[in-house]
Amino acid sequence: MHDVNPSQGHPDAIEQAVRQVLGSLAGDMTMTEATLLSELEALGREVQRAKTEIAALRVDDINASHIPRATDELDAVVEHTANATNEILDVCEGLEAMQSRVPASESEKLGAAVTRIYEACSFQDITGQRISKVVSALKAIEGRVAAVTARFSSGADAPPRPEEAVPVTPVTEGRALANGPQLPASASSQQEIDKLLASFD
Amino acid sequence: MAMDKSMNVLIVDDYKTMLRIIRNLLKQLEFDNVEEATDGAEALAKLRAGNFGLVISDWNMEPMTGLDLLKEVRADARLKHLPFIMITAESKTENVVAAKQAGVSNYIVKPFNAETLREKIEKVLVHA
Repeated sequence: MHDVNPSQGHPDAIEQAVRQVLGSLAGDMTMTEATLLSELEALGREVQRAKTEIAALRVDDINASHIPRATDELDAVVEHTANATNEILDVCEGLEAMQSRVPASESEKLGAAVTRIYEACSFQDITGQRISKVVSALKAIEGRVAAVTARFSSGADAPPRPEEAVPVTPVTEGRALANGPQLPASASSQQEIDKLLASFD
Repeated sequence: MAMDKSMNVLIVDDYKTMLRIIRNLLKQLEFDNVEEATDGAEALAKLRAGNFGLVISDWNMEPMTGLDLLKEVRADARLKHLPFIMITAESKTENVVAAKQAGVSNYIVKPFNAETLREKIEKVLVHA
């Protein structure tokens, strides 16, 4: 008997497999078997239709153009905000250097203002980490799209393309728990963290 | 008890801008001897080669994270009592618990303010 692997998903292969199974049964098809065959044929047509629709989406464009462009744009955002933040820090350092040349009362106010700017500038680290998370998500989508595209373009009889070898790096506890900034609604405050730490004492 | 502000402080972060911000805030707190590293591995090499009184480290860095650096520090006979403050955007309970179990001296969540940094440094150095 010719081997057919229905898991390959091609409608013809599914239909052929079903016919082989039903053909091997003794006697005429029962109503149930005929219904089953009909359902599987319909399923095969759905798979074929989905394949045609996916091909029409030009999914190759997603990996060839859209995702690389999106990641480049995000990298540019990080670079521009880093440059702007560093310029702000340059000015702050200049203001700090002037502190000794202004009256004490004004110097104190100047110092406090500079401190607030430093605190505010830490936004660049947080936004950078958030953008890195988005880039990682885009790369994961890119990988999935590539896998789907390869599967549909390789033909029904071709075996699934083996996964590309990826160097295995040990996942330490620190890496496993490195998730980046939480969304504001789920992030713990400094006060909550202090309370948690105190519970260990 | 007065703090020794002449000690060497190592700050560890993969964002150069954040290193600059923390360095400037430390300068305002009169800590002038500040060195930088951009990941845990570089920090560990500097700690083993130098003489530091305090580490302030980010968590999420490549290739060695702040938590892994902390574990290495606590496993090192010469460094195991070194005050170690984690300063990170990782704010989940499981992160704080893991850091505490690994021996972190204190934990600051980003974004932070200068007063929080001052308070935590004072706390860990007074109890060191």
